[in-house]
Amino acid sequence: MDQFTINLLFVGASFALYIGIAIWARAGSTSEFYAAGRGIHPVTNGMATAADWMSAASFISMAGLIAFTGYDNSTYLMGWTGGYVLLALLLAPYLRKFGKYTVSEFIGDRFYSPTARLVAVISLLVASLTYVIGQMTGVGVAFGRFLEVSNTAGLLIGACVVFAYAVFGGMKGVTYTQVAQYVVLIMAYTIPAVFISLQLTGNPIPGLGLFGEHQASGEPLLAKLDQIVAELGFNEYTAHHGDTFNMVLFTLSLMIGTAGLPHVIMRFFTVPKVADARWSAGWALVFIALLYLTAPAVGAMARLNITEQFWPNGTSGEAVSVEQIETDPAYDWMATWQQTGLLGWEDKNGDGRIQYYNDASPAMQERAAANGWQGNELTNFNRDILVLANPEIANLPGWVIGLVAAGGLAAALSTAAGLLLAISSAVSHDLIKGQLNPSISEKGELLSARIAMAVAIAVATYLGLNPPGFAAQTVALAFGLAAASIFPALMMGIFTKVNNKGAVAGMLTGLIVTVIYIFLHKGWFFIPDTNSFTDADPLLGTIKSTSFGAVGAVINFAVAFTVSKMTGPIPKEIEELVESVRVPRGAGAAQDH
Amino acid sequence: MADHTSQPAQAGQKSDAGYWSANVRIILVSLVIWAICSFGFGILLRPMLAGIEIGGTDLGFWFAQQGSILVFLALIFFYAWRMNKLDKEYGVEEE
Repeated sequence: MDQFTINLLFVGASFALYIGIAIWARAGSTSEFYAAGRGIHPVTNGMATAADWMSAASFISMAGLIAFTGYDNSTYLMGWTGGYVLLALLLAPYLRKFGKYTVSEFIGDRFYSPTARLVAVISLLVASLTYVIGQMTGVGVAFGRFLEVSNTAGLLIGACVVFAYAVFGGMKGVTYTQVAQYVVLIMAYTIPAVFISLQLTGNPIPGLGLFGEHQASGEPLLAKLDQIVAELGFNEYTAHHGDTFNMVLFTLSLMIGTAGLPHVIMRFFTVPKVADARWSAGWALVFIALLYLTAPAVGAMARLNITEQFWPNGTSGEAVSVEQIETDPAYDWMATWQQTGLLGWEDKNGDGRIQYYNDASPAMQERAAANGWQGNELTNFNRDILVLANPEIANLPGWVIGLVAAGGLAAALSTAAGLLLAISSAVSHDLIKGQLNPSISEKGELLSARIAMAVAIAVATYLGLNPPGFAAQTVALAFGLAAASIFPALMMGIFTKVNNKGAVAGMLTGLIVTVIYIFLHKGWFFIPDTNSFTDADPLLGTIKSTSFGAVGAVINFAVAFTVSKMTGPIPKEIEELVESVRVPRGAGAAQDH
Repeated sequence: MADHTSQPAQAGQKSDAGYWSANVRIILVSLVIWAICSFGFGILLRPMLAGIEIGGTDLGFWFAQQGSILVFLALIFFYAWRMNKLDKEYGVEEE
């Protein structure tokens, strides 16, 4: 059986499983989404939250970014897990006590202002749409590889599948489908990592193997990796190279963005009790940590394997020959990925070998001149392919490769579909029914939801063809937007007595300043070549556009406090609302409005 | 919506204020640990930990890629356990 058939089999089987569970669960009476959280154990709820949360950014993209940058990209690991601490301590229990279903409802009620609710909805839409663009990038990579077509064709096919999946809708709502998606996703991520960790270090736990011994050389794995990448002129893997201030801001943006994203917060609105909201965040992080503790090992080990494949005789010996790439089955992955357009190599100096090195390093330029090399010949290695290509690079069995394809698609599709549902309900329910046309018929509401979904996916697909960054980088921008707008409003709503005008002014300034900063660096509306600055040389000091969310949040807080101070206290009943939200006693069931 | 006012607010006021300041104290201590282990050991204080070797690199690298995540987990479970206890101490737990 060839690899294409195996992949098809695994992807097909996993989809059959999700649909089967959806149909089975629907036969029962608890199929409705909001009710689904009730009576479900915090552990099960945590697994479902983890599936919802971990997307193409975590699964497909993150380890690749760590692999090629090393320590500096630890920001993703700390940022996307540390946010759960903020969520559990600062938001989840109180929002559960408040007892409604959506973030914008809380903001609208707490700040007794339809305008505040509208601004919250707009912030959520901007963040969610940016998030979907990142997911589409990942979907394109996964479909391109799995159907063995170009990245563009993969993206277009993927967009149709995501749309169908989101319209089918109900599937998303069933907690047990998400549990199944989590199981597929985590097996797909950890099984190849365990194999590779065993191959390289003899330790079956990748997180321990990362700090273990590289068996072939007898040296510590990370010391070996540092040494061979440095010999090729690249930055040492474990050393810190970037700007420290930017690294702190970026990590903080990801953390507070995590605690400001609607589709994660929503899961804590519907647990049975306030106490469960506290535990649920912990269980969600347990299941997320299984992937996040493995990811740095995947990155480092893949980097080692790739470097050794290109330098089979050691970094000071002869590079791999073109003939070997074309004939040796261990290099088959290169031809497969070349089809997607995301991997490329070229024998520039015509010596029949492919030299992979950093041609910007002065030491390597000397070595290149001495050996007649004419630049790095691995001309393109898209970071987003690393996780999916990893089992092939390590020569793992065909079924593992099929499993990884299924896992990558599960991660990308579940989150993309969930976000599209959130966007469509925000437009049809919060925006059109809540603000523009309260008398709209149910049929009209449903139609506008579908149209919103179609428009969102069309925009995301178009921008996904020329994405503002690798999947995880685009998703990081979405987190910055949520960090600058939603999180401060929620936190001030619970911990302070800021008034309506302060909240609206804060959210608007935070959102607008952050959007402008991102567009200045990534292009207006992410259209390529309309940017005035680049992240290599940003507008303000060393602050990259991906890190600006934390600055936006600080601005949001500052503006809100100042305006609130100048415009007087909140009404008595809102003061009572704040007092009541702070105490668990008397939390009824969550209610629709 | 959950009932915000039906509880005897007057009688509970004093203990509610005590409950809230105890909660804020626990949150502050937890967030200090949260920040020290991630922004501190993982990034800013890494040079200070450079002497402590672990698996071919230093402790700061371990905190950035493994340790901080484990600390986050411990913090959330600690907070849930501590707060559920505090709820009972102040008699504000759910029925």
